[in-house]
Amino acid sequence: MRGIGKRFRSGVEALERIDLDITEGEFLSLVGPSGCGKTTLLRIIAGLAEPSEGERHLTLAADGRRRRSTTRVGYVFQDPTLMPWCTVTDNVLLPFRIAGRPGSAERERVAAELRAVGLAGFERAYPRQLSGGMRMRASIARALVTDPDLLLLDEPFAALDEITRMALNDDLMRLWESRRTTVVFVTHSVFESVYLSTRIAVMTARPGRIAADFRVELPQPRERAMRTLPGYATICATVSEELARAIAQAPH
Amino acid sequence: MNPVRISQSWQIVAPLAVGAVLLALWEIVVRVNGIPPYILPGPLAIANSLWIDGPSLLGSLLVTLRVTLAALAAAAILGGAIAVLFSLSRILELSLFPYAVILQVTPIVAIAPLIIIWVQEPFLALLVCAWIVAFFPIVANTTVGLNSADRNLLALFRLYGASQVQILRYLKLPTALPYFLAGLRISGGLALIGAVVAEFVAGTGGTETGLAFRILEAGYRLAIPRLFAALFLLSLTGIVIYLALDALSRILLHHWHESALEEEEE
Repeated sequence: MRGIGKRFRSGVEALERIDLDITEGEFLSLVGPSGCGKTTLLRIIAGLAEPSEGERHLTLAADGRRRRSTTRVGYVFQDPTLMPWCTVTDNVLLPFRIAGRPGSAERERVAAELRAVGLAGFERAYPRQLSGGMRMRASIARALVTDPDLLLLDEPFAALDEITRMALNDDLMRLWESRRTTVVFVTHSVFESVYLSTRIAVMTARPGRIAADFRVELPQPRERAMRTLPGYATICATVSEELARAIAQAPH
Repeated sequence: MNPVRISQSWQIVAPLAVGAVLLALWEIVVRVNGIPPYILPGPLAIANSLWIDGPSLLGSLLVTLRVTLAALAAAAILGGAIAVLFSLSRILELSLFPYAVILQVTPIVAIAPLIIIWVQEPFLALLVCAWIVAFFPIVANTTVGLNSADRNLLALFRLYGASQVQILRYLKLPTALPYFLAGLRISGGLALIGAVVAEFVAGTGGTETGLAFRILEAGYRLAIPRLFAALFLLSLTGIVIYLALDALSRILLHHWHESALEEEEE
């Protein structure tokens, strides 16, 4: 068992006194109004930004062994962030290429990952030949291909249309259920967060704080039919209420 | 008719028609007014001169072309290398870029005599002159290109622990390629201009005579049709260089860059 938890106490203007434990295997959504520092928080989790106050650290692994500080992290940006001069395969191969000379095992891994995200048949396509949703799938494949301990998604579906978004939500759910990677998912959609998460943290407007933090007790696996359950509606209402309160509290 | 088809055929037909009409007008004006050929020869006289002096002019063209292409190659290699150095070290860029600008804004006609005095070997002297004119667009463009790598991709490379060399090779150089090629297209024309200007200043300077000197010589002898013929060859060379570099750019970028994409098929 690998226990991955991180604790943050950051005092940047964007974020204020944030305490957050992430437990292994959970799907945590960070919900909040735009500009509340969700992205900043995610960047700190990834190690792309340093907190100006406080610290983040990895808790002890369950077997008593401290994980190396180089926890494998997969990161999906708001934009697909693909290299336009590379084919889909070469884009997904990037983490292996940086790590060293990719061999046939890595190439097979990339092909499998592309199949998993539903991009079989588009291995040799260039990003510009793909639709927005397919580019995002390629981006997710790249984040997952290293089999990360922690998958960070920064409003990945915000720019997509509703139909594509629902399809990607379902596929992301399916991928998560089969691997149980720890996920931190940033969104400003209440429904999306409730549909996907096992836990939701509501953030206030800038400076961002965690206003509410609760578990989503809904049956697994999640299906579209679940959206009609009264339990789903109740949780959505609760999160919306918390969100409204978080925004109202914020000093203007 | 389909608007796209109109624009495509007109792209070729329209300039050709304008050219033919202008040439015909030119010939008519020269004949009707009886303008002597040493003041303004008609297109037919120029064509005739091109036919007679063609072989010797082509020989001169090769001399000029060699200087031009060598200068362009040197500009591409050194300009690209300088830009890479600039991208690796901000201090280097800050301290050296102003001098590149100074070199660029100083008229080549003014420094060419000095270079010809300093550099004994004539070919090399011409090469240096043409290079000075040609290298700046490549340095300036490539530097911008190397610095415009996508910030999120940069973050991703850092996340996966990429080294500076890897970031340069897999991210910055491909990002900079379209910028470099745009600079190269500008430099192609400039290298030719630089070579011609240097030849003007240098005179024959050796056993081989470039096209620019043939123009000067024809001017002194009032062999104006030959002057025009040489000028025509020079322009043609410039156009060919541009088209060749444009084609190179399309070949290298056609997979992915906006500038090289065909009409979007829906």
